[in-house]
Amino acid sequence: MTSVLYDAPGPKTRRLSLIFSIIAGVLIAGGLVALVMFLAAPRVNAGGVEQPGMLDPSRWDILLDRAMWRAIGRGLTATVQMAGVAAVLALAFGILVSTARTAQSRFIRIPAIVLVEFFRGMPVLLMMLFILLVFSTGAFWAGVGALALYNGAVIGEALRAGIASLPRGQRESGLALGFTPLQTRFRIEFPQAFRQMLPIIIAQLVVLLKDTSLAYIIGYQELLNIGLKQGPTTFGSQYLFTFFFVVWAVYLAVNLLLSWLARFVARRTAAGAKGGRRSRKAARVIAQLGGAGVSGASAPLTGDDPPRSGG
Amino acid sequence: MDAIIENLPRFVDGFLMTLRLLLVSGVGALVIGTLIATMRISPVPALRGFATVYTEVLRNTPLTLVLFFCAFVLPYLGIRLDYATFATIGLTLYTSPFVAEALRSGINGIPVGQAEAARALGMRFGQTVGLVVLPQAVRMVIPPLINVLIALTKNTSVAAGFAVLELVAVSRQVIQFNGNATIPILVAVAIFYLLITVPLGQLAGHLERRTAVLR
Repeated sequence: MTSVLYDAPGPKTRRLSLIFSIIAGVLIAGGLVALVMFLAAPRVNAGGVEQPGMLDPSRWDILLDRAMWRAIGRGLTATVQMAGVAAVLALAFGILVSTARTAQSRFIRIPAIVLVEFFRGMPVLLMMLFILLVFSTGAFWAGVGALALYNGAVIGEALRAGIASLPRGQRESGLALGFTPLQTRFRIEFPQAFRQMLPIIIAQLVVLLKDTSLAYIIGYQELLNIGLKQGPTTFGSQYLFTFFFVVWAVYLAVNLLLSWLARFVARRTAAGAKGGRRSRKAARVIAQLGGAGVSGASAPLTGDDPPRSGG
Repeated sequence: MDAIIENLPRFVDGFLMTLRLLLVSGVGALVIGTLIATMRISPVPALRGFATVYTEVLRNTPLTLVLFFCAFVLPYLGIRLDYATFATIGLTLYTSPFVAEALRSGINGIPVGQAEAARALGMRFGQTVGLVVLPQAVRMVIPPLINVLIALTKNTSVAAGFAVLELVAVSRQVIQFNGNATIPILVAVAIFYLLITVPLGQLAGHLERRTAVLR
């Protein structure tokens, strides 16, 4: 796109661009150096005692401690457990909701629309709190319930968009072959819609995984809670910064892996012979769905990247 | 119901705090997001790389972790501000990459033919961008940007976990003393959120329909 906007750069422009590049590089490097120096500077605590800077080895020796990694492992297990159960339930709820939303009877369709819009519009934390306080389920099921409802509603919308983007003939030929409408939906339309929307569904699962950290606020013992609340209490508060870094790295690793998977799947499905135009149409439908993540927003699909509901 | 009416001033305070978080961090995220998006499409590789890393890292970090960093790690590093400001900083940082992505995909969504046609007509860079590309990009970008703001509205609730007295935190406090009215209180809070998100959603849908005709 940008290359279309102006003529090919001549020697003068190229030189200018090189100078800018160097200046920008120096500025960024300078910023990083300033950050490192700020972190490395020794701290003076409230009692007037000087403590070593954040990069001092005495703050990082915990990385060699097995007990610390066991604790992090326990936290990650709890996080993945919640995410796994919630993901399965969210998929089930999504399928249910998209079926109900596309039902022929108005008495099923309209309540389903209201329900979906409601769940998509509520903060997940508020739903967790609601389930926790009203049904007294305990933190785990409150978290799972809220995540399943919210992400199920989003996934349901994605599936609906996938169904809407299928050629009409698919459904018609299913009906013509004597399948009931429900059979047509589950045996002909869903498999195609699911395959087409897989990148979006995986992207939503990243959102779900990120949102499990909300359960920290309602007291579930997951990665953030164990790493950042209990860790510094058990091992000493001088390790807070270290713990933050470790927890951050673990979240980034897991999420980037899932995002990469989503991108990989997106490229695979986009490469399918007939997928091209159809998936672009689906992308448009999805972009119009709007709404998006608890913690983010749906970006419209650009070829390289599945939309992210933020979360 | 009594519990809500009795505590209405507190709910209004919480609502105002939610609005404040939304407005301040919304504006901040728009500014930073625009900056990042500009860097992302700029011809300078260093800026492009920085913007890409910034976007990828922040988008894959849970908001709770970002707010934890602002509320507990920053003070630990010796920065003293009040919790509402910390939460605003966290929400701004977290939302900015989503703004940047919305802007970028809006600009990328303009068919190349538009710019080519403008160039073919002899327009200069400024004219191509100012008269042809940007007017279309702005239209394409506004609905997704509103969706980012809706998500931000919901995200302000996370600040409840970090000592900011906004809607959810207020409801938790009120529930402590009015355990028998849990459901009405939470429903009232939900309605407060809908007061913000529903009009925004309507606006986005309206703009979407209006711009859809143009293409």
